[in-house]
Amino acid sequence: MKDKHLTIALAGNPNSGKTTVFNAITGARQHVGNYPGVTVEKKTGSTTHGDVRLDVVDLPGTYSLTAYSIEEVVSRNFLLDEQPDVVIDIVDSSNLERNLYLATQLMELGVPLLLAFNMSDVAKNRGYNIDEKKLSELLGVPIVQTIGHKGKGIAELLDAAMAVSQDPQATSRQRYPNYGHEIEPHLQQLANLLEEKCGIRQRSRWFAIKLLENDAETIKRLGQACPEHIEELTLEAERIRHHIESICGDAAEIILADRRYGFISGACTEAVTQSVEVRHERSDRIDAVMTNRYLGLPIFALLMFLVFQLTFSVGNPVVDAFDGWKGDLAGAVGGLWGESGADSVLRSLLVDGIIEGVGAVLVFTPLIMLLFLAIAFLEDSGYMARAAFVIDRLMHKIGLHGKSFIPMLIGFGCTVPGIMATRTLETRRDRITTILVLPLMSCGARLPIYVLILGAFFPERVFKVLGIYNVTNHALWLFLIYMIGIALAIICAKIFRGTLLKGEATPFVMELPPYRMPTLKGLTIHMWERTWLYIKKAGTIILAIVVVLWALAYWPKLGDEKHAVFEQQRAIVQADAHADKEQIADRLEEIDNAEHEAKLEHSAIGRVGKTIAPVFRPCGFDWKISTATIGAFAAKEVFVGQMGVIYSVGEEADEESEPLREKLAAKYTPLIGFCIMLFSLISMPCMVTVAVTVREAGWRWAMLQVGYLTVLAWVLTTIVYQIGSRLV
Amino acid sequence: MNDRNNNSLPSIPLAMTLVGQTVTFAGVRNAGRGLTHRLAEMGLMPGESLEIINRGPGPFIVAVKGSRFVLGRGMVNRILVRPE
Repeated sequence: MKDKHLTIALAGNPNSGKTTVFNAITGARQHVGNYPGVTVEKKTGSTTHGDVRLDVVDLPGTYSLTAYSIEEVVSRNFLLDEQPDVVIDIVDSSNLERNLYLATQLMELGVPLLLAFNMSDVAKNRGYNIDEKKLSELLGVPIVQTIGHKGKGIAELLDAAMAVSQDPQATSRQRYPNYGHEIEPHLQQLANLLEEKCGIRQRSRWFAIKLLENDAETIKRLGQACPEHIEELTLEAERIRHHIESICGDAAEIILADRRYGFISGACTEAVTQSVEVRHERSDRIDAVMTNRYLGLPIFALLMFLVFQLTFSVGNPVVDAFDGWKGDLAGAVGGLWGESGADSVLRSLLVDGIIEGVGAVLVFTPLIMLLFLAIAFLEDSGYMARAAFVIDRLMHKIGLHGKSFIPMLIGFGCTVPGIMATRTLETRRDRITTILVLPLMSCGARLPIYVLILGAFFPERVFKVLGIYNVTNHALWLFLIYMIGIALAIICAKIFRGTLLKGEATPFVMELPPYRMPTLKGLTIHMWERTWLYIKKAGTIILAIVVVLWALAYWPKLGDEKHAVFEQQRAIVQADAHADKEQIADRLEEIDNAEHEAKLEHSAIGRVGKTIAPVFRPCGFDWKISTATIGAFAAKEVFVGQMGVIYSVGEEADEESEPLREKLAAKYTPLIGFCIMLFSLISMPCMVTVAVTVREAGWRWAMLQVGYLTVLAWVLTTIVYQIGSRLV
Repeated sequence: MNDRNNNSLPSIPLAMTLVGQTVTFAGVRNAGRGLTHRLAEMGLMPGESLEIINRGPGPFIVAVKGSRFVLGRGMVNRILVRPE
């Protein structure tokens, strides 16, 4: 029995608490990947129960198994092709009727099913009294009560899953809706046809139902299994559909849906009593304020502002501490070589390349973590859907609808999952438009750039709001940058919808989940998943790029004769009998800086930078910023790393070397600082974003995205710099 | 299911209803098969009663089968209902 193992699939509606159950079963042992060929997230995890190893697959949240969205297709194909040992349908007990709809489809599909009546505590509080034993008999499926976020009922759920997997009668005991005398005979007829002509014995009733619903995916699947009879089958199904429609007055699939709800409602009438009507009461009261037609938008803006304010006020001191440690580490590692080691290549690689480059990216981890925490909170509490509601009118004006805004909000964390989230949009037009403007939602990787710049050029000031609340000018600046991004996204979307992606607005229907207090465990897992990706990226891609950049900045080295010129100058200064100590030190530093500059300009990166610099000159960028801007294409945070490398290579690094911020402040003006932020906000998305866009939308759209964003960034930055430098 | 084709009362767009009103879902104007089916699977099918919970600046929030739905600005003009 030692190597026994079981595959369990978790199905369920969005907002049924499926993720909390998944987290409760697998803990942190989770793996996030993709279903082959599509960009739907595939979450798997494993655990042991007794002596059995359980592999758990978290299917995407869906309302049904109709093939309207890619999530539904993915779930269905997984169930059909992978044949998991047990399927657990997570049901929100406080909303049984709608949640059981998916269960009826799973029963029709004939999978070994187990129902988890989740959030059973909420259901009780809302006055629902569910007779599980009776309901279980009526449906022919075992039911276990769970409270996912408290981990209650999980052991029982796994016990039941084992029992279902060992029960050969599990599927034959299941009941499913009877579609009545107008439809059942036709289903039987189609099922017989399938069995006779195509030899499909397993699930013939299910295939018959899907044929009757005119389900394109199923027809495709049958076409592969039984190419010689598919036409006959679809023609017959079409004939029956017409027949049913003429008798019943509604399309066959509508009648089937109606009967399924009827079946559920019949079972619930017998097994569920409700003492009071309270569901949503609290949620509705909160919504009366949050989605108020006048207050909704200001509240949304305020919440977004609080996210940045929190990220800043809590995160910045930690970042400063990390920055200090990074400096200590650089000093300590550099010190290993002693006086004679100034020319060591290895020392320069470790200190100037890796510690200064990767370190510059890593010190911002606390900020990233807080940002992801805030986004996870908005997602888990149910506010995201409200944001979509309040923004719908605005989005409608630009030809999209509120739902497009959810991927955009996710894009504030990282553009890549934002693009993945556009999968929930129904039409390709909406998806492409949203993907095109998504990079304008400033992602977490751009945050380090802003923070570096703000810290360097804009001395922190604290305002008191209402006499109690402290707001920093940094948070205000950041808010401004993000708002510029949103405004540009809106304008660009409007332009795209009016030109390349013309068409009518698509219908917007979305369920509004009740508000929920996010659990600490859920928030931690969500935050950590994404933060870990950031750290991993710093340790892999960014490390590699930084090493390459360091090498480009280190070689070729300045010739000996040039070095001799600087040495000569130093000797002259030191020999000057008229100058006092301070003057000598100042002049020596000037020479040091000049030599550093000469070394850099002589290096490969300096030569490349000088070549491209003219392009960026109108934006106010010198060649150093220009190269960092190009480097940011690999990953936005490389900008920070690259500035770190450029400003430390060739310098006689010691513990006393000034922080990057001070070097920047000494070299550039606040206007240039702002231009850097503006350019980083708009300019071409990072490599990963481009790759995902290619996969999701195709080459042409990806190239358009890179092109229009880069041109837009250049034009706007140039305008700001040219006007700004004349005013200042 | 007999009352779903009861045309005795004229149907009006959802956009013309008021918060707190309970109405019967009658259908969607110019809806393709896919949309009608998708709505039906979410519980919004002819004959179903829905309550208007909130109307924001454009979209509506309605209650159907114990759930809350957002219906976008475009949808509220196309969904037809009958006052109960």
